[in-house]
Amino acid sequence: MSESVVVHDGVDESKRTWIAITCGAGAVAVGATAVPFVSTFAPSERAKAAGAAVEVDIADLKIGEKKTVEWRGQPVWIVRRTPEQVAALSKDTAELADPDSKRNPDEQTPPYARNEHRSIKPEVLVVVGICTHLGCSPGDKFTAGAQPSLPADWPGGWLCPCHGSTFDLAGRVFKNKPAPDNLRVPPHMFLSDTRLLIGEDKKA
Amino acid sequence: MSEFKVAPANAPVGVKLLTWVDNRFPASKLWKEHLSEYYAPKNFNFWYFFGSLALLVLVIQIVTGIFLVMHYKPDAAQAFASVEYIMRDVPWGWLVRYMHSTGASAFFIVVYLHMFRGFLYGSYRKPRELVWIFGCAIFLCLMGEAFMGYLLPWGQMSYWGAQVIVNLFSAIPFVGPDLSLMIRGDYVVSDATLNRFFSFHVIAIPLILLGLVVAHVIALHEVGSNNPDGIEIKEKKDANGIPLDGIPFHPYYSVHDMVGVAGFLILFSAVVFFAPEMGGYFLESNNFIPADSLKTPLHIAPVWYFTPFYSMLRATTDDMLVVFRVLVAVAALLALWKGRFSALGKGVIIVASLVVLTGIGLFKFTGIPALAGCDAKFWGVLVMGGSVVILFFMPWLDQSPVKSIRYRPGWHKAVYAVFVVVFLVLGYLGIEPPDPLKTALSQVGTVLYFGFFLLMPWWSQMGTFKPVPDRVVFHAH
Repeated sequence: MSESVVVHDGVDESKRTWIAITCGAGAVAVGATAVPFVSTFAPSERAKAAGAAVEVDIADLKIGEKKTVEWRGQPVWIVRRTPEQVAALSKDTAELADPDSKRNPDEQTPPYARNEHRSIKPEVLVVVGICTHLGCSPGDKFTAGAQPSLPADWPGGWLCPCHGSTFDLAGRVFKNKPAPDNLRVPPHMFLSDTRLLIGEDKKA
Repeated sequence: MSEFKVAPANAPVGVKLLTWVDNRFPASKLWKEHLSEYYAPKNFNFWYFFGSLALLVLVIQIVTGIFLVMHYKPDAAQAFASVEYIMRDVPWGWLVRYMHSTGASAFFIVVYLHMFRGFLYGSYRKPRELVWIFGCAIFLCLMGEAFMGYLLPWGQMSYWGAQVIVNLFSAIPFVGPDLSLMIRGDYVVSDATLNRFFSFHVIAIPLILLGLVVAHVIALHEVGSNNPDGIEIKEKKDANGIPLDGIPFHPYYSVHDMVGVAGFLILFSAVVFFAPEMGGYFLESNNFIPADSLKTPLHIAPVWYFTPFYSMLRATTDDMLVVFRVLVAVAALLALWKGRFSALGKGVIIVASLVVLTGIGLFKFTGIPALAGCDAKFWGVLVMGGSVVILFFMPWLDQSPVKSIRYRPGWHKAVYAVFVVVFLVLGYLGIEPPDPLKTALSQVGTVLYFGFFLLMPWWSQMGTFKPVPDRVVFHAH
């Protein structure tokens, strides 16, 4: 055994190898131990389970009004737009960043809302009321016309208080604003004429 | 190890006890090295109060924090009410809480002034680079500590502030959305977020902070303090090896700093007792409304100490990216034209600038997805992060032949004055609601802020420098 030991300047080279292997194995063990700790940062099973669909009765929602319901901890807005508001949606397209909801359609707009009014029924808009910039909830600015922080030809919509992004009444973002995407349309379906289910859409 | 010492048989009990301890722990040695025989320059001025004041505020925050945790509940359903309970029902709880909330703002005031002292006298220059870097790391920790602590009262500003800042991370390409999910521990800011921020705020970050403070002081005491003249006092020593211009920290500066402490405590108490909310700047009025995940307050702004950096985030719009494209292109062309680089160096500059320009969207017009670049949101995050990280590079950005502002050309003072004004204006703009004029102003401010740092290697060398004296300038009172 002793003749196989290679010694340079008092350093036992054969032991170096073992030290390297031990350090490597130790590093692997430390890395593996870190995995469960880092994993605890992820959403818990309870948080994941809390995403159940929400049923809403919109029989009492008057024309021109908005209703807010909570789904997965986020505000979901249901707006019954006036016929004039729906008609106006085709006029402001030149000032919108993504009028046809082509950006990230899979995340932002389900197939049944990929139209000008971004909704199943033209008058009933369902969107998640969270700005796509940094997650504030925009404020209602439904009245058209000039007003503070808004342009003179304001068609009605939402203004985000945090960084000034503006959205029209279909939740479409205006150009040159910090928000990159249109407001998200959540998966939803009509259970009857006045009952909405938010969070689920049976594709049948 | 030092030799085992024996106290004389007739020595007082105190001396015998100290000898017993010193044989087992370097008590006297530490006392001498860091206090009674730590020689600091004798010409310290007003600006040198803020280091010891920062330590004082740290102690205030830790002590008041310990007592607040005894009554506070880190639970989304109970947090807001438990803070009100501390304010109304816990005996003297209001005082402890106001000391803690005022202490947070005081910490930033003191630290900003402490850092500005470093700017004035070149305290980050060789050999004090690590003192400065540890200090910048402390500043980063403080920002994290303040941000996470701000969520704990679970008011509207707490909630939406955290929502915005955590969402900043989602702008990072590829990993961003998952990263912000891991930070929140939920799909929205929720009870899970509150609990982990509490853990970081009271355990993790304070531990790191204390470690960094120790490193900061050890590094400082290794190289010795700088002074308003930017002269190394260790270059002129007496026969005993003691710097001629140095005086022992204790008792001279320990007593001197007591004056600063008294002055500070007068101002601090005035705020705690008469204006703890400071007109909405130290405690924002919207934070007296419990967190509501369905409604953002109509005007949200970070606490004042974050606003300069927040302004730069907001200034980074699509229009600003056009300005960035021009600036990067001009910088790259100047480097190629003026810089004396080898062919390889020039190649690296061309490739790097093309990569950056692609990232900022120079080739977006081609319509090719791979060349679209990152959006303004990502660059905004990078600009905000960069505005803090750039401080770490001060020791190498400053190429002036003298350390102290006293011996630099007069117009350097003007440059510093413009920088201070820009920083304050950016801070003001960050509190205000966004509008086109203010955005344009903050864009100018952002360019000036980065210009100050990135052009420093050139401007700090320019002009006529005054001769630096051999010994510090000191007039006895």
